[in-house]
Amino acid sequence: MSLLDVRDLSVVFQRRGERPFTAVDKVSFTVEPGQTVGLVGESGCGKSVTSLAIMGLLPKRGNKVGGEVLFDGTDLLKLRPNDMRDRRGREISMIFQDPLSSLNPVIPIGVQVAEVLERHQGRDRKQALREARDLLDAVGIPDPQRRLSEYPHQISGGMRQRALIAIALACKPRLLIADEPTTALDVTIQAQILTLLKQLVDDTGTALVMITHDLGVVAGLCDTVNVLYGGKVVERARRHELFAHARHPYTHGLLNSVPRLDSPRGERLHAIRGSVSDNIPWTEGCAFAPRCDNVVDACLEGPPPLEPTATGGDLRCNNPVSEEVTVR
Amino acid sequence: MTEQTGPLVELRDVKVHFPIKSGLLFDRTIGYVYAVDGVSLSIRKGETYGLVGESGCGKSTLGRGLLRLVEPTEGEIVFDGTDVRSLKGEAMRHARRRMQMIFQDPLSSLDPRQSVESLLVEGLKAHGLAGDKAETNRRLRETLEAVGLPASALSKYPHEFSGGQRQRIGIARALVLNPDLIVADEPVSALDVSIQAQVLNLLEDLQNERGLTYLIIAHDLAVVRHIADTVGVMYLGGLVEEASSDDLYREPMHPYTRALMSAVPVPDPVVEDRRERILLAGDLPSPTNPPSGCRFHTRCPWAQPTRCAEERPALRDVVGGHRVACHFAEDIAAGRIRPHEVEVELVRPAEGTGPLDPPGELIPTP
Repeated sequence: MSLLDVRDLSVVFQRRGERPFTAVDKVSFTVEPGQTVGLVGESGCGKSVTSLAIMGLLPKRGNKVGGEVLFDGTDLLKLRPNDMRDRRGREISMIFQDPLSSLNPVIPIGVQVAEVLERHQGRDRKQALREARDLLDAVGIPDPQRRLSEYPHQISGGMRQRALIAIALACKPRLLIADEPTTALDVTIQAQILTLLKQLVDDTGTALVMITHDLGVVAGLCDTVNVLYGGKVVERARRHELFAHARHPYTHGLLNSVPRLDSPRGERLHAIRGSVSDNIPWTEGCAFAPRCDNVVDACLEGPPPLEPTATGGDLRCNNPVSEEVTVR
Repeated sequence: MTEQTGPLVELRDVKVHFPIKSGLLFDRTIGYVYAVDGVSLSIRKGETYGLVGESGCGKSTLGRGLLRLVEPTEGEIVFDGTDVRSLKGEAMRHARRRMQMIFQDPLSSLDPRQSVESLLVEGLKAHGLAGDKAETNRRLRETLEAVGLPASALSKYPHEFSGGQRQRIGIARALVLNPDLIVADEPVSALDVSIQAQVLNLLEDLQNERGLTYLIIAHDLAVVRHIADTVGVMYLGGLVEEASSDDLYREPMHPYTRALMSAVPVPDPVVEDRRERILLAGDLPSPTNPPSGCRFHTRCPWAQPTRCAEERPALRDVVGGHRVACHFAEDIAAGRIRPHEVEVELVRPAEGTGPLDPPGELIPTP
């Protein structure tokens, strides 16, 4: 059984007097124990909303969540708030993009790490702080004893993200969701954090869901990659397959449009035309059709289904890029 | 335009220091943020100069200092033969027509209450170029067409456009004055990946058509490599390496550049899997209290017990125009010095002068 089995997850935002907006549209994917799965897409593709829905962190009002999120066989969406609270931080944890706004500015870092241990493992403050020190040490924060009593503004951005990782991993969760964990950081710090995450995941056997817009981050880290567009999974493949032979025109275009450090200079970039807001609703056809170079009549008649490919992935496209075509 | 070669812009030992003030009644200066600390570089006509570095390295401040949007503390800025720093009032204002800027966040750099037409005309008026109505109109339409926006955009407001289109408006606003130099501060970093390529292609096309000179400031090495002819790498207020884009990426010589390049993820699992990473220990030291000697020695895996902590290396020509600020560039390139572990040092976010960190313990090479 998969550790996490997301089935037809939908999130519809509905505000009074406005048309409902489907942010996540029947997204399904699974995460096996110890595996790293990527959710990739640009702003507005629904990747962050998916993670919030899994964690039960969406606001109570103004949205409708459908489908199932099976964690070890239990549907998280049906749990009572108190039961969910028991699991959150213990079995499933999350790391957010901006470490400064996810840490409480008026509580010392040590207490924020210890809090998780007190809540979930019944430690007393003293014992919890001792363990917090070891956790800070494990994520590579120098002089952890002193850090315990310091406040988030006193440490650097990279250290804050490390502290956040320490909080997330305090109870050795079985699943860690990282939502753009390195986007706010510089490249050299990003490399530190990614290496740390990889090492922790390998050491503890925690499964990781990596949410990012950066294809480079995915390439080095994820076993399986889900590419989202307009709230739906448009392509899913193992990473080597995806980066060598992207079949969906969107994935293909995305890979071709980013300048690479190792590509010859002077080549023109192949831009995807239009912008993310130029899509049509999935009910009328493929959301990517208005920007797609491979568009055929069928694309505007109805949503293409997500179908398995010969290489073990899934693809939602009427006229995919040929398998022979390699990226670049 | 092919009358290249002569430098359009020359910076000589430019410094921008921001005073840190404290005290209730008297603004006592208790220290300085050494944002830019002695940078010399020159940009040829028609060239694209890329400036890379991490946040806090002073690259944006340098770009702003060039246009005197912040006042440089010391140094010379020569633009097409005239020393920009000696210009005053009106003369400076006139000089600015020829040097324009594109900002990072198109939404916050465009006034939400101004229509695109009024945004574009504002600059023309300021420089007395909006006299003839028909002529102005023609100029606006031409500029919009050049950046790929329809003429109907003129009567719209910034919020009606997508991020990529807004950046095009920002580019049009710089372009309408027909400048010689455009300083672009992170022109694509606020945009979605699929839109970045459009804007980069547009910048290249405009340069080919109009012979523009660019100073592109960015943190993304892949973007800079793609667009720049010459690349300068900054660390803590100083230039540590400068070379042609191809040379720099083929053989980075400064330890910091090497670490920076090895840290950039490449969207190719085959490359990622066999890649060797040079992980830098710790964070950027505070620019209020930069390390002695070579600014990078506290994090440098190649740091040596001699010279590095005492003597600040000058940017020197190592091989054929490849300039590096490292005492041991040749030895590192030849593999005579091996990298070693670096003890992580505590770094505090830049705020006040902070406690003085002692210079790091250097581990001698085995």
